[in-house]
Amino acid sequence: MKRIAVLALQGAFAEHEMMLRQLGVQSFQVRQLSDWMQPKDGLILPGGESTVQCRLLIQLGLLAPIRKDILEGLPVFGTCAGLILLARQENGRPRQGLSTMDTDVCRNAYGRQLGSFQTTGNIQDVGTRIPMTFIRAPYVLRTLSSQVRILTETDGRITAVQQGSQLATAFHPELTTDTRLHEYFLRLTEL
Amino acid sequence: MNENRQELNRQLAQMLKGGVIMDVTTPEQARIAEQAGACAVMALERIPADIRAAGGVARMSDPAMIRGIQQAVSIPVMAKCRIGHTAEARILEAIEIDYIDESEVLSPADSVFHIDKHQFRVPFVCGARNLGEALRRIAEGATMIRTKGEPGTGDVVQAVSHMRKMQSEIRRISSLAEEELYEAAKEMQAPLELVRYVHENGHLPVVNFAAGGIATPADAALLMMMGAEGVFVGSGIFKSGNPEKRAKAIVQAVTNYQDAGMLAKLSEDLGEAMVGINEQEIQILMAERGK
Repeated sequence: MKRIAVLALQGAFAEHEMMLRQLGVQSFQVRQLSDWMQPKDGLILPGGESTVQCRLLIQLGLLAPIRKDILEGLPVFGTCAGLILLARQENGRPRQGLSTMDTDVCRNAYGRQLGSFQTTGNIQDVGTRIPMTFIRAPYVLRTLSSQVRILTETDGRITAVQQGSQLATAFHPELTTDTRLHEYFLRLTEL
Repeated sequence: MNENRQELNRQLAQMLKGGVIMDVTTPEQARIAEQAGACAVMALERIPADIRAAGGVARMSDPAMIRGIQQAVSIPVMAKCRIGHTAEARILEAIEIDYIDESEVLSPADSVFHIDKHQFRVPFVCGARNLGEALRRIAEGATMIRTKGEPGTGDVVQAVSHMRKMQSEIRRISSLAEEELYEAAKEMQAPLELVRYVHENGHLPVVNFAAGGIATPADAALLMMMGAEGVFVGSGIFKSGNPEKRAKAIVQAVTNYQDAGMLAKLSEDLGEAMVGINEQEIQILMAERGK
């Protein structure tokens, strides 16, 4: 049986767990190093505040081991704050996060809460008319290598990317009832 | 306003879950809070303990001061307006605040009515001592709830009793028969459809934080154990001996509230805690404001 780790330091991790439950997949929360040591087939990095999550990853000694596993091929799916944690750069400067994805991101790219919005879009290999919820969202300014595939753009801005078995979205599929992105991620864990 | 805005505003609160929202009075404090891992800051001129000490009428903070804090940090910035003070709320909306706290910590501007929060595009968090109060605020458009606690005291007793009351009322509503919900709604003076939501889902339709009197990592952990989805810390941090260390410890305590070993370590050498005053010693019970 497949088991997915969900980073549960801060943010909307319960929503991802619920999504996985609906898809009949087991999950467990990662709040400290001993949790991370469990066997797993993939990792989800939820939405929340990326600065908080990043600091807690460092303080709890989780950053290096998680980074190592991702670089060794552990499939990972980051939404919103997760996309930021995975990015190698922010506004052209190196980031101190997990930094495993060749992307350059912009945080709070749509401004404050008044800039938050919902829309729908088509995502390559995933499906059409997928609901997308952007909450004080980031987007990807540019990709830093040809290994990164752009899965979708929203109004000309890159909002979903994939690099090998790393998947990241600027929006929150876990806040909707559409399970297609999670199903797509689960397929990545089977490769 | 429209459904979509309400939903987006509820969803921002979902992103704050498992986090600590800290009261700050200067850009410098805001940066310390952000560095320590706050998931949002509450910008205000005086922290509740000082509002208590100063007495008089407490109002919305100077927008210039709030702007200074917005520029200092990248995390969401909240600010308080007086209960029922629609104009103060409009001002906060105009400066694009991320969340308005229609708060009993400030002097109420309307002794009967709260703000009609549906008329706004920015989100509101409101205090509640029990389920009925929470559902009335949600009906008015609040997209996040917190316990009232007794702000500025450093005493967690009121936050605990409000959280306990809320959770036990939620359990009671969940266990009622369908036909008993009408009477329950009447008793609680809350809209039937919201009572029905609680009955069917076993939780509020919005995120529920703890607030009021939280001063230590143990206080924060206690409220998380009781079902809080995150905590507000007001006077407890910047009224203590070592704000930076205490703030950091409270953030970690909220994430790992189930690990007593870690809580023990986090509680070590924090310096002096906020002195605090007992609820029996205080003149004004802020929690009694705005029901």
